[in-house]
Amino acid sequence: MYKIAVMGDRDSIYGFAALGFEIFPVDSVEQARKNLKTFADGEYAAVYITEAVASGLSAELEFFREKMNPAIIPIPGITGNTGIGMKNVSKSVEQAVGSDIIS
Amino acid sequence: MAVLNVNPTRMELTNLKRKLLTARRGHKLLKDKRDELMRQFLDLVRENKRLRARVEEGIRDANRHMAIARSVMRDEEIDVALMMPVQSVSVDITEKNAMSVIIPEYKTFFRSADENDMYSYGYAFTSCDLDNAVKSLSDIMPDMIRLAETEKTCQLMASEIEKTRRRVNALEHIMIPQYEETIKYITMKLDENERSTTTRLMKVKDMMLEKAHNYTA
Repeated sequence: MYKIAVMGDRDSIYGFAALGFEIFPVDSVEQARKNLKTFADGEYAAVYITEAVASGLSAELEFFREKMNPAIIPIPGITGNTGIGMKNVSKSVEQAVGSDIIS
Repeated sequence: MAVLNVNPTRMELTNLKRKLLTARRGHKLLKDKRDELMRQFLDLVRENKRLRARVEEGIRDANRHMAIARSVMRDEEIDVALMMPVQSVSVDITEKNAMSVIIPEYKTFFRSADENDMYSYGYAFTSCDLDNAVKSLSDIMPDMIRLAETEKTCQLMASEIEKTRRRVNALEHIMIPQYEETIKYITMKLDENERSTTTRLMKVKDMMLEKAHNYTA
């Protein structure tokens, strides 16, 4: 059985605790990087990361791209949507097709 | 295109012909695989975009409610209300094979029997905006899990498609032409040898005739 985690600044992710997701409030990219090691152990099926934090970890998150789990999913935080999530999808299309044909 | 560095012998020719046949068959199979993967991938990506738009919209809604709740209630109150969640979600992953790509399939389990049982507080001391925030998050939760599944599948498929595409191209533009050229080279070389043997024999015959009967052709 796998768990689901949410990581980001506290204000953005506190609500998810009520749904039964595990929350990892972080204040800095350093802290987030440490948490990534926990996620890499394979206990988590999906990890939702706020876009603000994800943008600081793009090199590390690349490592998870081709692994079965966890699925790292950027979500908009309380500060708003920066479009990283959609850009990630476009990146997959670009990798597969050669250019972003669905935009 | 460069000819492979091989001896122009009959054995090499048979080997190469066999290799060319395998390469052609592999190329056809891989091309089919690529096309099918691409078809599935494009469907998935469209689904992925749709889900993502919905989830992002839902989270924005929830954040709006949360912001109002925060302005009405004190931080400590919210902390206390959400401190001990009643619900907990776990996911079972089954692996599915789609065109040799191992993709995950998620199945969600809730700790409490009623999956709508997510309010971890009495309603007496909290604002209804907090209820709204939790409600709107729980509404998009199934979509969030679907999103995780779809997005992971897309990522895995994308890298497989990339690999397959490279293989198809390598076979189509490098391997197969190379084999064809080399086969042509060996065939020509062998024919040339045969012709030179024939002429040599004719010449020898002439010489022998001349020696035996003083006969000139």
